[in-house]
Formats: sequence, structure tokens, C-alpha cells
Amino acid sequence: MIEARDIRKSFGSHEVLKGVTFTIARGEAVVIIGVSGGGKSILLKHLVGLLLPDRGEVWIDGQNTAPMDERQLLEVRRKFGMLFQGAALFDSLTVAENVGFVLNRAGQMSPAQIAERVAESLDLVGLDGTQQKMPAELSGGMRKRVGLARAIAYRPEILLYDEPTTGLDPIASDVIDQLIIRVVQKLKVTSVAVTHDMRSAARIGRRILMLHEGRIYADQTPEEIFKSKDPVVHRFVNGIADPKDVSF
Amino acid sequence: MTLLAKNWIKEWFGGLGQGALLCREIFQSLCRNRPSGKDLVYQMYFIGVKSQSVVAVTGAFTGMVLCAQSYIQFHKIQLDTATLAVVSVSMCAELGPVLTALMVAGRVGAAIAAEIGTMKVTEQIDALRTLATHPVDYLVAPRFLATLLVMPLLTAESICLGIFAAYVIGSFLLGINPTGNWYTMLNHTSVQDVVIGMIKAFIFGGIIAVVACFKGLNCAQGAEGVGRATTEAVVNASITILITNFFLTLFLTRLLE
Repeated sequence: MIEARDIRKSFGSHEVLKGVTFTIARGEAVVIIGVSGGGKSILLKHLVGLLLPDRGEVWIDGQNTAPMDERQLLEVRRKFGMLFQGAALFDSLTVAENVGFVLNRAGQMSPAQIAERVAESLDLVGLDGTQQKMPAELSGGMRKRVGLARAIAYRPEILLYDEPTTGLDPIASDVIDQLIIRVVQKLKVTSVAVTHDMRSAARIGRRILMLHEGRIYADQTPEEIFKSKDPVVHRFVNGIADPKDVSF
Repeated sequence: MTLLAKNWIKEWFGGLGQGALLCREIFQSLCRNRPSGKDLVYQMYFIGVKSQSVVAVTGAFTGMVLCAQSYIQFHKIQLDTATLAVVSVSMCAELGPVLTALMVAGRVGAAIAAEIGTMKVTEQIDALRTLATHPVDYLVAPRFLATLLVMPLLTAESICLGIFAAYVIGSFLLGINPTGNWYTMLNHTSVQDVVIGMIKAFIFGGIIAVVACFKGLNCAQGAEGVGRATTEAVVNASITILITNFFLTLFLTRLLE
């Protein structure tokens, strides 16, 4: 279970998160939406301990990660897999080495077992056979799929997706969405995605949290969010700018 | 002006503190896990083997220049055969380690800072952390250890080539008696000079790796950030080497007297 308690985070004088509180139960598929630059990715990085809050706490399966040092956090992070916005594949490693990175470092599986798990993970994202390619040889969509394969290769309990469809064409976005749904169903993991792509949010989320002005503004099902009459939610979901923002 | 100076001092001490914490983290990492042999060999190849041409040219030409300059002065007082001794002592204790370190700082320090900095701005460092891997264990420790191990070897190579080049120039171009020149060099170069050079090389290796990794890990966002980190890595490592060399010379000559 993931629990965020009153998370506050500032960069210089700019307070990005102003007291974010929510709970995500095991096995839930949650999407965090909000405007670009609103702190969604920052919030996601707090969940996995890449950033620590100025105030507030993040609890993962009953463990408070706020007072932990980097080495203690590494243990907590074994529960997580994360797909980064730009995939963040290691440039100097092949696809197979990227996907099997954790397994190779853990040293608990034989090379044959690792190769089998890598092939299985790549197959799940439809890229089996690309093992020997370098990240530079892959398209944006393929890189994200390899990133996803890397995130699931060691069977984490929680998967985090940072803008999984940003920068992709509609078809590639749909492929990624379908893969996320398939992974969640097949591996029975908790899934937390951050996006401002509402089509993607509706497809992959069973619950949507809207981050607005540094706080959780709405916490509803996709159906409720899309039917919401609240002006802030309605404007965001339908892509209508606030009149104040268009006074050029 | 006062505010600028205050900020600079604050930043400088902050950087020093963070550098010290990185050193502690590297030490803990090396005690906890042994870097993978494959990574270590690759880094030794990249830092050591690939730096050889730069180091060889630097050592050889420094030896030759030093030989020519010393000969001009010694020739005035009929002490031609002391030339190689001066080259040898200077190369062993001072010029060999310092010039090798400066060249390696330029080539390797820049490469390390740029590579780690690029990984930072493309979120690869964050990816490492989410994959339950400490960046110091995976990126810094192998580079640190490799630099420590190869620097004395590169320095030894530079010193040998410097002395050899000076001997050749002295004997065949300047007309110094080869036997007398060689004999005087052996008489005046002590084991202490060589030991001082090797200790310095070892320490300079550590400085290059720590400064370059520190700058890479703390790189600001964007291409400009990577560029600045790379420049600062080379400049800071070079300055630290020059300052440290002075104190090491004072300390080691007293210690090994």
C-alpha cells in the first residue's frame, strides 16, 4: 500500500506540492492528472524516494520512507518498477543488458535464466528479438516499451509510469496504453501513472487523482471525472483554457 | 559585492562538504561491494590504455625540453653530465606525476564528468536508483578504483619516456657524454624520488576521479549543465592537483628524508 501524508516540496521560493495526501491500495490502477509543470512527476518521484519531501511522509507497505537514507531506500525501491518519460535506457548497454540489469546485478539467477526472463519480458511488450540492439537504434515508442520491459523484468509489486505516452503518436500511445493494461492484468501489480493525456488516463486508470495548485483537487473514477461539472476539472478534461490564461 | 563573495564562499564550502560525503560514500561502497571485474577492466582500459599516447607525448617532450634547457645552463659551467640527473629527479618527483595528472584530468576527467552528467540529465541516474542500484556503487567506485590503479602506471611510463627522450637528445643532439650522463643520473636519483612520484600519482588519481564524478553527479539540467560540469571537472581537478602537489612535496620530502 502507498500512502502520501501531507507532502510538501519547494524548489527555491516556489512551493510545488502544498500538502498532498492520498492512499493507494494494493492492486489499484491509479492515474494522476494535472497541468504540465504542476508537480505530477515530482509527486511520483516522492513515491519511489527519488525526492524526499520537505515536510510530510510517504509510507510504503507500512514503512515511512521520509527518514531513510539512500541505502535504506534502495531496499524499498526493490518493490518498484518505473517507466520514465524518456525511457531512461542506459545508452552503453544493449536492450538485453538494460532489461536484465537488476537480475544481472542481483546475481541470483543463472545467465540462461536471465536470458529467458529478458525474452519473456520483451515478449510481453512485443519486442522479443531486439535483445542485441542498442537504445540508439530504437524509435521513441520502442524505447518506452523496452523501458517497460526493464521495469517488469524483476517482477516488482508497484509500477510507476511517468508520462508514458508523451511524445508518441496516437497509435504508439495506444500501444503503450494497451501494454500497461496487459501488464497490470497479467502481473497483478499496483500501478500509478502520471499523465496529462486524458485519453490515456481513461484507458489505464480505474481511479483518477487530479493535482491542482499543489494539492489533490479531485479523487474520482474516470467516469465521474469525465462527467464532472466542477469548472477546474471540466476545463482540464475537455482542454478548455481558463480565460485568465488567454489574455495575451 | 559582499553578497557575491558570501555566496561564493558558501558554495565553495558546500561543494567541499559534498565532496567529502562522496569520498565517504566511495569508501563505504568499496568496503561493502567489490566493483564488477568487467567494469573495472573496462575502466582501466579506457582510463589507462587510451591515455597512453597523450601521456607518452607529454612525458617525452617534457624530458627533451628540460634536457635542452638544463644543458644550456650546465654547459656554461662545464657540468654537461649533470643534465640527465636534473631531468631524472624533476621527472620522478614533480613533472612526471603532475603533468601526467593534468593530462589525465583533461582527457579522463572531462569524459567521466560528461558521461555521468549526461546520464543525470537524461534521468539514467534516477533509473539506476529505481533499479535498486546506488550510483556510487555502479558508476563511481569502478572509475575511482581504476584511476587509482592506472595513474602510477601512466606516471611511471611518462617518467621513463621523459628520461629516455632526454638521454637520446643529450647523447645524439647535444653531444653530452652518454656514459657520464647516465652514471650521474643513477648517482643522483634516489628511490625516494621515485616513491614520492608514485605516491603523488596515486593521490592525483583519486582527486581526478572524485572531482569528475562529483561534477557529473551534480550536473545542472540541459546541455549547458553538462558543458559546465565538464569544464569545471577539468579546471577544479587541475587546480586541486597543483595545490595538493605543493603540500605533498613538503610533506613527503620530510617524511621520507
